[in-house]
Amino acid sequence: MTDAALPTPRPPRGNFAPRVVGLATIVAGLLLAELLIRTGLINRFIVPPPSEVIEAFRRIIVEEHIFGRFLTTAAECLVAGILLTLFGVAGGVLMHRFKLLQQACETWVASVAAAPLVIMYPLFLVVFGRNALTIIMMGFISGLPPSILKTIEGIFATRKVLVNVGRSFNLTGTQQFRKILFPAALPTIFVGVRLGLIFALINIVGTEFLINYGGLGALITDLAERYDLAGTYAAICFVILVSVLFFLALEKVERWLRPVD
Amino acid sequence: MAETGRLRQAAPAAPLIGPVALLRTAIVLALLAIWEFLAHSGWLYRDVVPSLVSIARAIVDLLSHQEYYYNLAVTSGEIGIALLIGGTSGLVVGIVLGANRFLSKAFEPYLYYLGPTPKIIFLPICIMWFGVETPSKIALGTVSCFFPVALSVAAGMRQIDRVLIRVGQSFRAGTMQMVLKIYLPAMRHPIINGVRLGFGFALIGVLLAETRLSNKGVGFLIMQADSTFDMPRMYAMLIVLFVVAIGANALIGRLGGLDSIKRT
Repeated sequence: MTDAALPTPRPPRGNFAPRVVGLATIVAGLLLAELLIRTGLINRFIVPPPSEVIEAFRRIIVEEHIFGRFLTTAAECLVAGILLTLFGVAGGVLMHRFKLLQQACETWVASVAAAPLVIMYPLFLVVFGRNALTIIMMGFISGLPPSILKTIEGIFATRKVLVNVGRSFNLTGTQQFRKILFPAALPTIFVGVRLGLIFALINIVGTEFLINYGGLGALITDLAERYDLAGTYAAICFVILVSVLFFLALEKVERWLRPVD
Repeated sequence: MAETGRLRQAAPAAPLIGPVALLRTAIVLALLAIWEFLAHSGWLYRDVVPSLVSIARAIVDLLSHQEYYYNLAVTSGEIGIALLIGGTSGLVVGIVLGANRFLSKAFEPYLYYLGPTPKIIFLPICIMWFGVETPSKIALGTVSCFFPVALSVAAGMRQIDRVLIRVGQSFRAGTMQMVLKIYLPAMRHPIINGVRLGFGFALIGVLLAETRLSNKGVGFLIMQADSTFDMPRMYAMLIVLFVVAIGANALIGRLGGLDSIKRT
């Protein structure tokens, strides 16, 4: 069981000091980088000063229509995330339910997770066309294996005592799954969804980058080829923002799904 | 007498093929049949789904040329170094964050936020920092595999049975002793899982970097086949690449003893 699953209430001040330390470290790192670049210890034509990157935000918002591109990438990631959550969890539950299927396919699924599926983008391009569907499908296909694997792992890792409690209450198979197995497996399932999203995001922006279509991936290529370093770094920050928004949304869903402690 | 009778009974004949192997064979055959049907259906553009025979010919042709092995060795080397650097640093960071709640609260959220960033976007930066040759591919692979290893190890640390940690503490084990005797053995499986995921990320990072700007490596060969629309050759390279990747992944799992996990 993870710490997050423990029903220990956290004191209000418990998270404040670590957050301040984490944020202060990042700010200190940026200030140090600014200092090293300005003093010439780091070549400014390789690493732009953070102040220039901040300035570049205004430029890429006005000139490069980054919000439109951001929304395109965010929407693609959202659709792929929903798809891989639905199909990944369903696949994992199915494999847990049918042992033979799990024995036959789990190793394959694990192997596919290590396969570089993004290299298959030319095939997807021809099948689905040069549009958002290709990008979404690349994200979905690549994010599916970790989601399935973690679902199986989570259900199997349910403590025996919890399963026995369910049995002692004569729960049916569906009740056992809904009241015991699924809530117990939820943290692990969400680890799988998070990992699935890592794959999906890599492949979505990677495909945008490769086929030069769509949102932020294509913009980063464009800016990098123009040698607009500050703009490139600013666009990368926007991609990180997409990730953060996804995680916040996931956390909301996780809190909603988790039973009250 | 009853016992004797039971002993005399002939042992039931073992099936030639087990149910798991049977199901696997059925799935593979069904997929191959669908593929061949699509190849001849005319529903897709010609050569997008080439026939199995032409792909088999391309695989034989690919494996009989030394050029492929050279490029495979280049890619494997880049992935190996990336996994070594990224995996080791991920392991250290994961242990530190997993063992210390304060540091975990301070820095782990940033790992979660940076983890899902598509690492290919760092390629222009890697090229600027490390040049267009091999080091930039290794750098991208390293960045790619660091996050899953670190996150998996940190999560694994928190899943360690508290009793084991108390046993170590009651024996007054030092930090290194705790790491070597308690943490690492207790979270062997999360670590190996992390390394397996890290391997997948490093592979993707290195291959994408090769497809973008390179004159050697498997990624370069795939893009060469794509640019000449030699689809059977491209499929052949993808299949061989997938087999190699899957084999390496299975090897990591076997060496880590993942196949010995017993599930109830």
